[in-house]
Amino acid sequence: MKTPLRALLLTVLALGGTFGLDPFRNYQLAAAAACFAAVAGLTVLVGLTGQLSLGHAVLMAAGGYGFAWAATAVDGPWPLALLAGLLAAALASGLLGLLLGAAAARLRGPYLAGLTLALVIALSAAAGALPLGGDQGVRAPFFPVPEALSALIAVEQWHAWLAITVAAAAVTPLAVLRSGPAGLRMRAVLDDETAARLSGIDPGRVKTGAFVASAIPAGLGGAVLAIATQQVTPGGYGLAFSLSLVVAAVAGGLGSIGGAAAGAVLVTVLPWAADELAALAPAELGRRLDGNLAVLLFGAALVALTLAWPGGAARLLHRARALRFATPSTTTER
Amino acid sequence: MRNPRTLSTAAALAAAALAAAACSTPGGDETVPGVTDDAVVIGTHQPLTGPAAAGYSAISAATAAYFAYVNANGGVNGRDIEYLVKDDAYDPAATQTAVRELVTEDEVFAIVNGLGTPTHSSVLDYLDQQGVPDLFVSSGALAWNQPEVYDSTFAFNADYVTEGAALAQYAVEQDPGAVVCVLGQDDDYGEGILEGVETVVGSNEIAEVQTYAVSSEDLTAQLGAMMTAGCEVNVLGTINGFTAMAVGTAAQMEWFPRWYVSSSGADYPTLAGYLGEDLAPALLQGMVSVNYLPSSAGGEWDALFREINDEYNDGAPYTGNTVFGMSVGYLFAEALAAAGDDPTRESLVAAVESGDLAGNGIVPLSFSEDDHAAYRAVGVTVVDEGVQDYAGPVYEVTAGGVNAIEASPVPLENEGIPGE
Repeated sequence: MKTPLRALLLTVLALGGTFGLDPFRNYQLAAAAACFAAVAGLTVLVGLTGQLSLGHAVLMAAGGYGFAWAATAVDGPWPLALLAGLLAAALASGLLGLLLGAAAARLRGPYLAGLTLALVIALSAAAGALPLGGDQGVRAPFFPVPEALSALIAVEQWHAWLAITVAAAAVTPLAVLRSGPAGLRMRAVLDDETAARLSGIDPGRVKTGAFVASAIPAGLGGAVLAIATQQVTPGGYGLAFSLSLVVAAVAGGLGSIGGAAAGAVLVTVLPWAADELAALAPAELGRRLDGNLAVLLFGAALVALTLAWPGGAARLLHRARALRFATPSTTTER
Repeated sequence: MRNPRTLSTAAALAAAALAAAACSTPGGDETVPGVTDDAVVIGTHQPLTGPAAAGYSAISAATAAYFAYVNANGGVNGRDIEYLVKDDAYDPAATQTAVRELVTEDEVFAIVNGLGTPTHSSVLDYLDQQGVPDLFVSSGALAWNQPEVYDSTFAFNADYVTEGAALAQYAVEQDPGAVVCVLGQDDDYGEGILEGVETVVGSNEIAEVQTYAVSSEDLTAQLGAMMTAGCEVNVLGTINGFTAMAVGTAAQMEWFPRWYVSSSGADYPTLAGYLGEDLAPALLQGMVSVNYLPSSAGGEWDALFREINDEYNDGAPYTGNTVFGMSVGYLFAEALAAAGDDPTRESLVAAVESGDLAGNGIVPLSFSEDDHAAYRAVGVTVVDEGVQDYAGPVYEVTAGGVNAIEASPVPLENEGIPGE
């Protein structure tokens, strides 16, 4: 089946699925959709071009700030404000991605990781120095449930719908890109830059392009979070969150879009589940650990997951499918 | 998905999901959220981890201990108070998740004492949209007192402008002509303190204004600039960790100016925890702050709170945060008692707005229909040989200026358990 058609089907399924969830789960779903968009961008970047970015949270923040600014500035009917916000989010993150990509084309491995890491650490200071509202951040407009739907769905479900739609619109082009000629060029650059150059591929341009293609979905993910929470703060896009995006990409299986979805759900739900588990522990223990029990559980769960399934969720799915149809796979997933 | 069976499975799944519509559909429920025949469930967001955890994490434990005391003595109007505490690590993004979970998942009756300006700002609109009473916010930002916009949000702290003005007034009376400087957090907290100081000394009379972000690692640059400017009186709008850092950094520079600190960052036992028990009495000698709660050792409230702390809080260190947490608990219990036998969210808000709540402060509460600020007057405290206590002066801050008034402490009644 063609990628866009499959995306459409999955989107409709996800939209229908929101009816089965209570408001808080729908809020979590919106957050997971935001992460999904960013992780999909990241997993394609790392999996196909081998460029490790630890700073995708900053690209999300750029999108979030862009969204908040434009959606507030546009004084019109809500769909117009929403579209303007999304456009600004894509622009802001795309531009930052272009800058980063230009640097990335000249840097390798740990140096690029270091650059993107520095970006995350600088975010809070930048938010204070630029007119971005400091640690308190900026408000994003609230999109209430449209009149026609207000009897049917709650606001969290409405935001989940917006989140799913935006995430789908962000990830589908990425999936198309990945399976098309651009994806082939990226793989060629990853395998052997000299060989790729001999075949007439400019590795610098491919790497920069991949960075931009990866930044835009991340920015739209930031916009989705801004829709769900009506706020953009530097604290929300800190180092821990940025690393959890990498965790999601690895846990899901590098390079796989389906894996990105699984990973995004994992990093959204796991901290919450660890919190719930910690709440079950005796109050004495919880107090002695000063609230850090949940962090401990989260870490332990991640270590266990990585040990059990080093290939990530995508490899697991792949294996399950292979068992079911008992046909040897002919493609090599990277 | 090339085979038709997959497609039909998918379609069936979608149909099933649509059929489950009832789960998320709003409205229709007549009962009051969080209130049953024998319990009232309320929630809060607190920094149990992260940069603001030191000191502040003791507040919700104290509140919970007070509620345990009330519950052990029959509760309020026959209902136990269940207090759900969520950690937000002083991170607005985490606050949003925590509060949504409290409201939609745990279906709390009200949010009580949500802590922090940047954190609570991020859920202000949400709580208003959901119609959840947002009582006694643990922050002195002016934002909580906007009855025409946020009709069920109420402050607990004296606002920062009031604190800044009272601190400056005391400074001017103690040392006329001293060089006054301000160090503030780079949000509503620091700005409020600065505004208060400006109303008293005039905005051109402040020699140096410095700010910091909660994410900062040190204050060397800020303190250096203030020392160079020749500051003699430093008014601080800082949280505990940064107050200690400011005092410690200045001491390292061998600079010992006078410190005038907002109540949110001037809890002596907490500061001593940062600076060390041996150095704190010397470094903090003469530190001026303000307060409005019955924190004096030996008072009747103090005796009761210490007893509750020993019995229901495992004898945790007894600090200003303990007094704060228990006082908030007392005020909520009083509001709940006044909300009637069958409390609703509306009757709870009406009870606070009635102006009949007394609280337990050393000055009267100022709640009314068009004033959602709790305390508009504060008493000056001074640290002397490691003991922080009221020094006497009490200032009321109004639009007209700062006036000295008499303290009017609320006497302890019915062993600290409100009833009708």
